Amino acid sequence: MSERRTYLDHAATSPILPEVIEVVAEAMAILGNPSSLHAAGRQARKLVEESRETVAASLGARPSEVVFTSGGTEADNLAVKGLYWSRRAADPRRVRILASAVEHHAVMDTVQWLGDAQGADVEWLPVDRTGRLQVDALRESISRDPGSVALVTVMWANNEVGTLQPVGEIAAVAHEHGIPVHSDAVQAVGQLPVDFSSCGLDTVTVSGHKLGGPIGVGALLVRREIELTPVQHGGGQERDVRSGTLDAPSFAGFATAVEAATRDIAGHAAQLRRLRDALVDGVRAAVPEAVPNGDPAASLPGIAHFSFPGCEGDSLLLLLDAAGIHCSTGSACSVGVSRPSHVLLAMGIDEDVARGSLRFSMGRTTTRPDVDAVAEAIGPAVERARAAGLSGAALRR
Amino acid sequence: MRVLAAMSGGVDSAVAAARMVDAGHDVTGVHLALSANPQSFRSGARGCCTLEDSRDARRAADVMGIPFYIWDLAERFRADVVEDFVAEYAAGRTPNPCLRCNEKIKFSAVLERALALGFDAVCTGHYARIVDGPQGRELHRAVDPDKDQSYVLGVLTTEQLRHAIFPLGDTPKSDIRDEAERRDLAVARKPDSHDICFIADGDTAGFLRGQLGDAPGDVVDTSGEVIGEHDGTYGFTIGQRKGLKIGRPADDGKPRYVLDISPVDRRVTVGPREELAVDEVVGTAPRWCGPEPVGMLECSAQFRAHGAAAPARAELVDGALTVWFEAPQEGVAPGQAIVLYDGERVIGSATIDSTAARAASPA
Repeated sequence: MSERRTYLDHAATSPILPEVIEVVAEAMAILGNPSSLHAAGRQARKLVEESRETVAASLGARPSEVVFTSGGTEADNLAVKGLYWSRRAADPRRVRILASAVEHHAVMDTVQWLGDAQGADVEWLPVDRTGRLQVDALRESISRDPGSVALVTVMWANNEVGTLQPVGEIAAVAHEHGIPVHSDAVQAVGQLPVDFSSCGLDTVTVSGHKLGGPIGVGALLVRREIELTPVQHGGGQERDVRSGTLDAPSFAGFATAVEAATRDIAGHAAQLRRLRDALVDGVRAAVPEAVPNGDPAASLPGIAHFSFPGCEGDSLLLLLDAAGIHCSTGSACSVGVSRPSHVLLAMGIDEDVARGSLRFSMGRTTTRPDVDAVAEAIGPAVERARAAGLSGAALRR
Repeated sequence: MRVLAAMSGGVDSAVAAARMVDAGHDVTGVHLALSANPQSFRSGARGCCTLEDSRDARRAADVMGIPFYIWDLAERFRADVVEDFVAEYAAGRTPNPCLRCNEKIKFSAVLERALALGFDAVCTGHYARIVDGPQGRELHRAVDPDKDQSYVLGVLTTEQLRHAIFPLGDTPKSDIRDEAERRDLAVARKPDSHDICFIADGDTAGFLRGQLGDAPGDVVDTSGEVIGEHDGTYGFTIGQRKGLKIGRPADDGKPRYVLDISPVDRRVTVGPREELAVDEVVGTAPRWCGPEPVGMLECSAQFRAHGAAAPARAELVDGALTVWFEAPQEGVAPGQAIVLYDGERVIGSATIDSTAARAASPA
């Protein structure tokens, strides 16, 4: 096992910022339920509302548009189910959900559940070879029967290959027919400018731990005029759509992280892009057959995703892990059994090639030596993984 | 040494991996996902294919501080083990899927992948011993006769054994549970797995019916008289006594046993226990743990997983292995393996193709 640890899995979770730990620890010592009326409650509530204002200011939203949640998955559930139920309640004809075929499971499985259990009519919109939604397909799908669409949901940036979606254009197309649009921006915030007021979207998901904050906290940005049916009922906190005692310390940590992650976003993105380009060059020099996936022009600056033909992604992961390099196969893992990624399959990548894919994702702590470590380790790892893949193929005969 | 530890989620493979760590090896744990649609939880005490089992394996690996991965071998397992299992039953035979899994999956697909990835050996929680002998590595019975699994490993060649490690062969099972407890492994008191891992509810006949469909036919006695009906010949094994669904008792009042299974005319022949006795077995697809034997072998032969080995002679002629038992044996089922031993040592094995009783053979 190598001594040096090279962490290139920021898209899975990012290192927590030291100032976040400080803020959370301090806030945890403060007594008070933010919903209580006495002095202790007021003190806790002050922290919650200051956090809300910080998040809002960092993301171009109004404070009243910030609904704190337990993270990205909950925010996506609230947006998709909440929009579907409230829109259908207002007009029972609205049963269609239009979603991109490359959504994160937090959206994809929620949409699928609405289809399987709640009578929604689900349409998965195709993407091109880079993973970008084909807006014409959306336009065509809506115009078939605009009155029956409950919502559109398309992520801001893909978590596996990093491709950016034309969310502004998508919102404009949907809004022609008064259809609300949700977007999961979990990967985008902290790598790209995200401005809620000008993006045109109706609900946007943000997560804490992808940008240096704590795990277990996030927010759904909800435009003021949007009505959501609550998913979690109780004391009526958070505009009555997300009940539960307000977690002031987590919100404070989250706000600190969001503020830090959105500061000097252009400079940070440029730095990530330089590192990413160096990583892509290093990998391609070592493994000329490696195929970079995604859109080189319009993508998250911190994600480099490759297919290594003839290799199993699992084998590469094991070998790189042993060499001290942490990356991901980028595919959905519930118990670690890898299935070919639905994102890559939707992009038209062949199943065998999809299985041999790796995602390297960078963040604020990534350095040039991290990139060099990959460039050094990837060649031998691919050679070994290919031999292991071939041994399997030989046995199959 | 870099060791890949196959971890089923049970106590044996967990302790085996822990012993390798203690010995100073660089150990990586791997759970083999063998089912395409794993059950969430174990139903009863069988199997190693549930999500709960993979979590147990991962937890054990975490406790010993080793890397852990899940390898998806469901497709290989289906093609090499499950389909073979179904086809064998369809042909009126009684396969042993554990043996097939050891031959085709654990010590073939997994071993080869491990070697290619730079590992030196694969370790499992099987109860058997590997001994260095004059002709290379030998497979011996475990010291715990109740747990000995050399029979289901009898298909392994010297080459496969060269890269295999069975750390538990020298220890009684009861000690392993205590050891797991001392090591703080949560699986210490987990029940042993039984039966066939890919048939979660243990209903083999139901599983086969789902695969092969109903194929009703007659149950006949040795004179050919129809004395009952059945839903499919795949529900039967040579030597079986229970579940024959015979309408009336035998004239002599004694129990009857399955003597012959003929899927072609869907006929199951039953008869008295005496007719089960065979003393000659012909096996195909022999595998040798060491050099191929020449001439007549004096050995003992075991023909089912939980059974004793009986004194026998054996000879390999043109790729077919004929075994003659010293005393007649009952319940020898085609499809099962016959494993030959020299004392504690496994000589080799073959798949039982046919059996005969000396008295019955005209020669």
